[in-house]
Amino acid sequence: MSRPGSFFMRMGLTPGQIAMHAFLLACAFAMLFPFYWMVLTAFRPSQEVFSATFHWLPQTFVGFDNFREAFAKAPLLRFMANGAIICSGILAVQLLTAIPCAYALAKYEFRGRNLLFALVLFALCVPVQVPALPLYMGLAFTGTLDSYFSLMLPFFLSVFAIFLFRQVFRSFPDDIIHAARLDGMGEMEILWRVVVPSASPAIAAFAVFSITAHWNDLYWPLIVVTSPELAPPPLGMMYFSDTDLGSSFGALMAAATLLTAPLTILFLFAQRHFVQGVTMTGVK
Amino acid sequence: MTMVLSSHPIGRTPRRRLGAEIAPSIAYWFATPSIILLVGTMLLPIVVMIAMSFTDYELGALDFSFVGFDNYVSLWGDKTFWRSLLNTAYYVALVVPASVIIGLVLAVMVNGLKRGRRFYQIAFFLPVTSTLIAMATVWKYLLHGKIGPVNHLLTAIGLPGMEFFGDPSLVMPALAIIGVWSLAGFNMVLFTAGLTAIPQELYEASAVDGIDNPIERFFTVTLPMLGPTTMFVIITTSITAFKVFDTVAVLTRGGPQGASDVLLYVNYLEGFQYMRIGLASAITVVFLGIILLLSLVQAKVLERKVHY
Repeated sequence: MSRPGSFFMRMGLTPGQIAMHAFLLACAFAMLFPFYWMVLTAFRPSQEVFSATFHWLPQTFVGFDNFREAFAKAPLLRFMANGAIICSGILAVQLLTAIPCAYALAKYEFRGRNLLFALVLFALCVPVQVPALPLYMGLAFTGTLDSYFSLMLPFFLSVFAIFLFRQVFRSFPDDIIHAARLDGMGEMEILWRVVVPSASPAIAAFAVFSITAHWNDLYWPLIVVTSPELAPPPLGMMYFSDTDLGSSFGALMAAATLLTAPLTILFLFAQRHFVQGVTMTGVK
Repeated sequence: MTMVLSSHPIGRTPRRRLGAEIAPSIAYWFATPSIILLVGTMLLPIVVMIAMSFTDYELGALDFSFVGFDNYVSLWGDKTFWRSLLNTAYYVALVVPASVIIGLVLAVMVNGLKRGRRFYQIAFFLPVTSTLIAMATVWKYLLHGKIGPVNHLLTAIGLPGMEFFGDPSLVMPALAIIGVWSLAGFNMVLFTAGLTAIPQELYEASAVDGIDNPIERFFTVTLPMLGPTTMFVIITTSITAFKVFDTVAVLTRGGPQGASDVLLYVNYLEGFQYMRIGLASAITVVFLGIILLLSLVQAKVLERKVHY
């Protein structure tokens, strides 16, 4: 006779563990319910949305009708392409500027180093909403509002990246740098070919962190962008939900599904970097 | 990653650096792009912003004059400003305890599992990475007064349905629910890092002392050891919650009847919709002051953490 008890025990499932799983599954259900509801509604006909009864699954199958409607109503792919352009532009400049600066702070002795580091620490605390007004005015006066450049400008400098990479570079052994110098490598070459590859986990974690932050940012795009064809996903979503919402919850949820999908997929493939990225903000 | 979280003593071990041997000009070349950006997109704008808070400048106006503290005086007497400050504080007071406690409980329970940790970590972290604006529209639907499943649930268990975004007394709690949902997983990850840093011997020692009950163990070992992490998470969450803007801008626009006016939203309206740059700058100065105060507390906490 098989004894389920011993089977559970072998699986490491004591009554205490089972109780914890039950509790956590209930929590996971609550946390994931909005995602479920979003996808469900994206596949439901609109009359079901307004019915007063609750159903776990669509009662009539409408296929991708809501998605077709969403695409017809707004340039969703354009929004996503904008998000990709903005995120990659920001990330590229952030890495190109922050890495050398962090290396200088970590490994060189120069006048003003402590002042620079103090300013970095100060800037770490300042959210984008603080310099927003003068930046907006500067862009307005130079006629560069409503462009990709204006969308990226405030984020080109990441003091968080400087702070983070400085920590990582500090632990890079000086002897290796010395040896590379004796081999006749230039300082620039040492940085990019010897030191940077060793920091790739931190760079990956920062990249994921940066992409998430700027893909999801609403505040700054809302301020500088007026033409819909430049809108990144959150702003596009806002336009979308502003146009007649009442009749088409299905299309709205289809749009939400599409615009959340890229980051969700990125997250599922790079969870480790995400988690590391969060943990690193612990120093922020 | 725990190493990074537990922070570094900054410049505590003075050791000779490599750069001392070579011309430091290369260091300046390395730092220059960042310095230009730091000055141009951060420091200079802040100085300009503070200066503008003492003027009556409006965007598009041809001239302006210095008005001293007038903007601050009019803020002091402005009902909308105080309401937005109170609403923001109310939001922080709702979101911080809930998201910190949920984050802590989830971290401790997931950490105590023998199997399936990864699954739960993914499930709880998913809301953090999702595009909040998109998910906010989903939440608006979930909490909808007539067709929202939350109201279906409420009526099913015999409670009256609630018009979350139409009722001035319910709108901040409704926004807070979304805030907690999007932050709890973040806090869970921070607590998990704190938990893995607790030495196993402490648990063994507590077992020797006869503490076997998991709840007792949580209060005698885990919680005290998580003290600094908890402080840190509380302040980080406070800063994030204080910056609430997205959900307000998309879902409520300050309504109904100004019940969800929050500081950054009012600031946004003053500066970028009504173009009253002087007044908006004064609000921004207040905002910056509060953020810096919170950051100062955070820095103190981090400093203390080093000594643990």
